[in-house]
Amino acid sequence: MQILSMLARRLIYAAILVFAVLILNFLLIHLAPGDPAEVIAGEMGGATEEVMASIRKAYGLDRPLHEQLGVYLGKTLQGDFGQSFFYNASVTSLILDRIGPTLLLVTTALLFAIGMGTLLGVIASRNPRGIVSNVVTVLSIVGYSAPIFWTGIMLIILLAWVFPIFPISNMRDITLEGGTFRHILDVAHHLVLPAFTLGIVFLAQYSRLTRASMLEVLGSDYVRTARAKGVPERSVFGKHALRNAILPVVTIAGLQFGSIVSGAVLVETVFNWPGLGTLAFQSILARDYPTVLGILFFSSLIVIIMNIVTDFLYRVVDPRIRTSG
Amino acid sequence: MFRRNYAAMFGLFLLVLLVLVTLIGPLVYSVDPFEIVWAPLTPPGEEATAPLGTDYLGRDILAGLIHGGVATLAVGLAAALITVVIGLTVGALAGFYLGIVDDILMRVTEFFQVLPALMFAMVLVTLFSSSLVVVAIAIGLVSWPPTARLARAEFLRIRNLEYVSAARSVGAKNTRIIWQVILPNALPPLIVSATLTIGTAILFEAGLSFLGLSDPNTYSWGYMIGSGRDNILDAWWAVTLPGGMIFVTVLAVSLIGDGLNDAFNPKLRER
Repeated sequence: MQILSMLARRLIYAAILVFAVLILNFLLIHLAPGDPAEVIAGEMGGATEEVMASIRKAYGLDRPLHEQLGVYLGKTLQGDFGQSFFYNASVTSLILDRIGPTLLLVTTALLFAIGMGTLLGVIASRNPRGIVSNVVTVLSIVGYSAPIFWTGIMLIILLAWVFPIFPISNMRDITLEGGTFRHILDVAHHLVLPAFTLGIVFLAQYSRLTRASMLEVLGSDYVRTARAKGVPERSVFGKHALRNAILPVVTIAGLQFGSIVSGAVLVETVFNWPGLGTLAFQSILARDYPTVLGILFFSSLIVIIMNIVTDFLYRVVDPRIRTSG
Repeated sequence: MFRRNYAAMFGLFLLVLLVLVTLIGPLVYSVDPFEIVWAPLTPPGEEATAPLGTDYLGRDILAGLIHGGVATLAVGLAAALITVVIGLTVGALAGFYLGIVDDILMRVTEFFQVLPALMFAMVLVTLFSSSLVVVAIAIGLVSWPPTARLARAEFLRIRNLEYVSAARSVGAKNTRIIWQVILPNALPPLIVSATLTIGTAILFEAGLSFLGLSDPNTYSWGYMIGSGRDNILDAWWAVTLPGGMIFVTVLAVSLIGDGLNDAFNPKLRER
């Protein structure tokens, strides 16, 4: 019961956020310099007078502003984000085509960052002044300071050009023949560099965070008690310390979905990965406003959904929250 | 303590070096970065006229690196300033007044955290213009939430301390308590975060530039990155060299930020 009421509250809150993003989109269309109809049509499209007239009519641009908002919300809530004249397709279908590769890239990078980051952090915390510890510190500062596209280009030059181990770009080899399994392997092969590039920034932060919170937890009373009563060191690390030390990582990872999606835009552009980021990039070059605004909405939606997922994960990891609601 | 931290001193050294190159370099090496000096896409080390090579139009990369720093650093500083002003105001008001003010401001903050920052900044710059001013404002508008959260946490912690009650009991007004009693005591973590924000803002500008959204009228590292992107594999130097400058700049800033953090938090030094 409790989990149902929590779910309901979360969903209502998420719905409010979705509304807010839509209202922001609407405001952006109207605040942008020039005629809103032109913004909706996009500058580059072959927007003839007839098209403009039909847009004005469809969006009720001659009516008062609050009625226009109503029309806009009505349309977008039915999944109609307008027509991209540049791609000659509906914005929603364009985005749905591209959302899969982005989710694949983002989740792979995130799992890699959390997994490796926690592992490195734990190893570092076992010996706070050891080599791994110093590597974690250096890695976290370098990972934070390097522009993500720059890291990507460096990796391409090194691992796809000088040593051609991985493909330079794209998601699959279109000349490849063979069964499904070979195609999956092919995508995985293409995924390594982009996911690594995107993951390394966050890996650096998570390893540092894990190291710090492990050191804090290892100094706490209950760990001393566990050691005093003779619990094996392995179990002290794994069961007593790590479960508590990982909580901040989950919290931070949850707060960072926005920046991971942002990073994905750059990584996709570097590797020509066919996701929302490259779509955003191409439509910005083409001044294809409806697509750009549609992507802003859908990427925010991803973040909102991911936040709900993290909330549940947090409940799984930390039993205390499960009871206190 | 700050001086004993070698990493932070190294960061400071890098930053001073960069500022000197940026400010004095153009006087020493006065080649116009927009001018075409040699054959396009000349690699570094092949031609004395352009020691670090040329870009796809034949412009001198070295001149670009030296002249392009001012705009990048200026945008980074301006964006960080906007971030801190918005974040501090929102966080201070929320943490001090609590109640409905806090609720509303925190909901707004959460809303901004849901928007993928780079995506939102891209939209702003596309819809309005890609002048450096708009870029700085866009970066500031999308990056303030973490600062606001930090400021709120600090204000929450300090508002109930005894010296704040003392100030209140002698009749100090709210504005005075916020700005003259609480703020000075909340400064250390905020200074650290502001330092790191400069780095983030520079990275952000670099990202927007990479996507081709930098100001085409001002020569900046970001502009070099944006204009070299199409030739990454033919001319790696046109993108990686300015990218490297940005990396070194942000590295310097983060090392300093880390050093300040250690200096302000004696407890953390043990780790």
